[in-house]
Amino acid sequence: MDIPYTVQPRPDTGLYNAKVGIWLFLASEVMLFGALFSSYILLRVGTQEGYWPRGWLNVPIGTFNTLVLITSSITTVMAWASLKMNQFGRFKVFHACTLLLALTFVCIKSYEYHDKFTHYEITLADGRFADGHVVANDPKADHVIISGRYVADRKDLYDLEARKAPHHHEELTIPRSQIVKMERYGPWHNTYLAIYFTLTGLHALHVIGGTIVIGFLWGPGSKMWETDPERFTNRVEVSGLFWHFVDLVWIFLFPVLYLI
Amino acid sequence: MTAQAQEDFRHHVRRYLYVFYALIFGTLVTVGASFIPFGNHAINIAVALVIACGKAFLVAGFFMHLISERKMIYGLLAFTACFFLGLMFLTVSAYADFPRLTVTH
Repeated sequence: MDIPYTVQPRPDTGLYNAKVGIWLFLASEVMLFGALFSSYILLRVGTQEGYWPRGWLNVPIGTFNTLVLITSSITTVMAWASLKMNQFGRFKVFHACTLLLALTFVCIKSYEYHDKFTHYEITLADGRFADGHVVANDPKADHVIISGRYVADRKDLYDLEARKAPHHHEELTIPRSQIVKMERYGPWHNTYLAIYFTLTGLHALHVIGGTIVIGFLWGPGSKMWETDPERFTNRVEVSGLFWHFVDLVWIFLFPVLYLI
Repeated sequence: MTAQAQEDFRHHVRRYLYVFYALIFGTLVTVGASFIPFGNHAINIAVALVIACGKAFLVAGFFMHLISERKMIYGLLAFTACFFLGLMFLTVSAYADFPRLTVTH
């Protein structure tokens, strides 16, 4: 049995079915990310002055990743346009670029996550705090070595931009007997990191999902071009709509998490 | 596809490239503006969000072809926008009950 309206538009909607389907899905995605953004707003406005972290993320890396995702959006739309112009070879080249850019984005995001998971805040017995990236943390050793700094007030760890703190990091050897609490900068560390990992993690899952679909259409799925080119072009358009939505979400995530 | 239709598409491709350049420019402006001390941090937030909205319009309008889409898609998105605004209204309402400036961790 043939599925109707995979190529020709339905007379009542003027659209082929997959396009209606992807827009319905994207509408549900708007609500999903909207709910998380509203959580972000509530957490942020509820935070005491000076306790919302600023300057915790690397802006040059975030900017570069934004440019990577924007570039992947143009290669996606160019891949679809190439099919519309009957240039299958160009489609392959553009979507190969999309896949490479998507993998670049995920690799950079992984590096950023790794940076956070090797970053520790250590509460010391004398009331001070040590903060920095772990250099050595052998459970058998009687000390921990981090590359970081000491602060007397925990608040000094939060708004790094406002304080213009001189980030003079040095290698600190801390005896385990002095450590009251040692915690990574994971999602459990504070509300900012909780919403940061939730939003960017969900976004990264979308990037990975989109990459799998685009990879299929670029590889084995592209055989359909020989048998049903119009339907294949529609598939590429639908996957492209999803990819642009992923880019659109990042356009808001980047300033919200990295810059303001 | 006819030769005329292909020529029309080449025109679209040029437009996509202009949108791409605008998005790159917008990203750099967003980063640059975040370092400008406007005096009130709320202005920095507003500027960043306005630029982000402009970039979102470019992506949705041109890459996702929303500026020339069918009525059904507009209806669907209008429906979504209503629910999204409702969600944000609930957020603002919740803020009225939220113990203000209490989160320290």
